[in-house]
Order: sequence, then structure tokens, then C-alpha cells
Amino acid sequence: MSQNEWPLWEVFIRSKQGLDHRHVGSLHAVDSAQALQMARDVYTRRMEGVSIWVVPSEAITASDPDDSGAMFDPMADKIYRHPSFYKLPKEVEHM
Amino acid sequence: MQAHIAHLEYLLRLGDSSLVLGQRLGEWTGHGPVLEEDIAMANVALDLVGQARLLLTHAAQLEGAGRDEDQLAYFRDARAYRNFSICELPNSGLEKGRTQSGDYAFSIVRNLLYCAYQVQLWQRLSSSNDAQLAGIAAKSLKESTYHLRHAADWTIRFGDGTEESHARAQRALDALWPYTNELFADDAVEQEVAEAGIGVLNESLREDWHAQVVAVLEEATLREPRPSHLLTTGKTGLHSEHLDFLLAEMQVLARAHPGAVW
Repeated sequence: MSQNEWPLWEVFIRSKQGLDHRHVGSLHAVDSAQALQMARDVYTRRMEGVSIWVVPSEAITASDPDDSGAMFDPMADKIYRHPSFYKLPKEVEHM
Repeated sequence: MQAHIAHLEYLLRLGDSSLVLGQRLGEWTGHGPVLEEDIAMANVALDLVGQARLLLTHAAQLEGAGRDEDQLAYFRDARAYRNFSICELPNSGLEKGRTQSGDYAFSIVRNLLYCAYQVQLWQRLSSSNDAQLAGIAAKSLKESTYHLRHAADWTIRFGDGTEESHARAQRALDALWPYTNELFADDAVEQEVAEAGIGVLNESLREDWHAQVVAVLEEATLREPRPSHLLTTGKTGLHSEHLDFLLAEMQVLARAHPGAVW
């Protein structure tokens, strides 16, 4: 098994109270059915969730941490992109 | 046989089988073929020990002699254990000259055969006249359904896999098949509890069990072994030598410090 490692899968779990699936880790499995079963055994042992997604790691394209300066810092000082200056009319103030 | 005795014996058969198999599967912890399977097998073992706890607690209450689950588990000798023989077989399999290391195919196929039996059993026992047993059965059914699925999945992967995995799976199946006869035999205990509506006749589970198992074997391209006349006697207290070693390891700590609490 050392040269021929099984493909890597990323695991996402949605908790009982949650609305979204969160990334909880990864595992090696032969195919998607096995990945699902293993995710159940490895990542839901302590009732972490009620729904599992498994995705082949190679299907995920991630942003490069080295680029985060150029990618994300410019947003920090553009408050005009947030709806913070609109005053709600009294009738819908508590919406 | 006295109804009360039969009821107790029946619970011990189910509880001891879960406990012994749970202990056996626990031996894989830290030695599994891959990390994920190590955890999966440990989960199955824990589920089985959980079933055992419920069943043995119920048995101890029924016995009414002031014993509890721990006393039943740790302070009975092999002769008093009522598990089916198939549950005590070593993980390394039964071939002569086998080393101590485990044979995963053997463990997986054993799980397939025994957990398929449990699924049938729990389904029927969910409507037992013994309300506590019915409750235990309903809960255990969910667990055993998963155990069966896990074992079936791997049996298919091994059987319909490489030449080596297929050969090992077939050897394991051939070795284990005779031990399933005991699961479907009935004696005075089963007759008594079936009449009382507390338990079920094992013979009534055979057909569905067989259909379920054969479906898996077919997909796994494994050959169903020929019927055998072996009838093991674990459920009457007559065990193989394997149970002595298993219990020695399981009980040594409790017996060294009787009455200790965590």
C-alpha cells in the first residue's frame, strides 16, 4: 500500500443544528461509497453530524495562502461596499 | 425446562455472544490494515460491548442474586459462558500453524455471518413479550444493520478483488461456515422462550439469513460452502480452548482488584 496510496477525499459534515456542511478532515478510500462509510466511522463517532459529503481532494481548487495579501487585504478598507449607511424606516426597524 | 431459567439462559446466550465477539474485534485496535478500518472495527466492537452491557444487566436483574453486569462479565469462567462458538474463534483464523497476527478476511467474513444473524434476530425480538428485551433489540437493530453493511461491503471487495483477496476470503468462508449451524439449532431454551413469546426459534431465522448471505456471496463471486454436520456447543457452556485465553485477558484486571471502582 506504500506506493499505491488510496485516493484522498475531503470530508464535510453538517451537524444536527447546522445549515451548512463544514470541512472536518480527510481520509483515504478506494471509492466514493467507501469514503462515505469511512467518514461515518471516523468523523461522526461522537455525534458530530447527521449528513456527510465526501469530495475527491483533487476536485477542490484552493486559493494559495501566499496570495492572500493581494486577494483579500484590499477588501478591508472599502466600507462603502457594506450596507451600513442606510437608515431603516421605523415601520421595519426590527426586521 | 423451567421458564425462568430458560429466560435467563436465553439472555446470556445473546449477551455473552455480543461480549465475546466485541472483545475479539477489540483486538484489532491499533492493528487494523488502514487507519480508517482500525477505527471502524473498534466502533463495531464498542457497539457489541454496549449490547452486551444491556443484555447482561437485564440478565443479572432477572437472576435476582445480587449480581450485576460486571460480575457476570468478569467473574464467570468459560464453562458458565453461553456465547455461540463462532464468536470466540481467534482473529488469526483456524488454519494449522497460523501465526498470532490477525487475518482480516476471517474477521470480516465472521462478522458477515454473525451480524446477518443478529439483524434477523433483533427484527423479530423487537416485538418480544419481554419489554426490556424488545427495547434492546430495537436499538441493537440499527447497530447490527450497519455492522452487516460494513462486513458485506468488505466481503464483496475481497471476494471480487484480487486473486489473493479472493482466495483468502474463500478460505475464511469455508472455515467459518460449519460454525453457523449452531446459530440455527434450537434446544429446550429456545423452545421455552419461543413458547412464552419472549424469544424466537433460531430455525425460523435461517431462511432469511441464508438469502441475505448468499446475495452478498454472489456479488463477491464467492462459492457457498457445502453444508457441514458440525454442531458446536458454545451456547451450552462447552467451548473451544480459545475462549479460555480470551477471558483470561479480558478478566485479569478485574480479578486482580475485585470490587475496585474507577
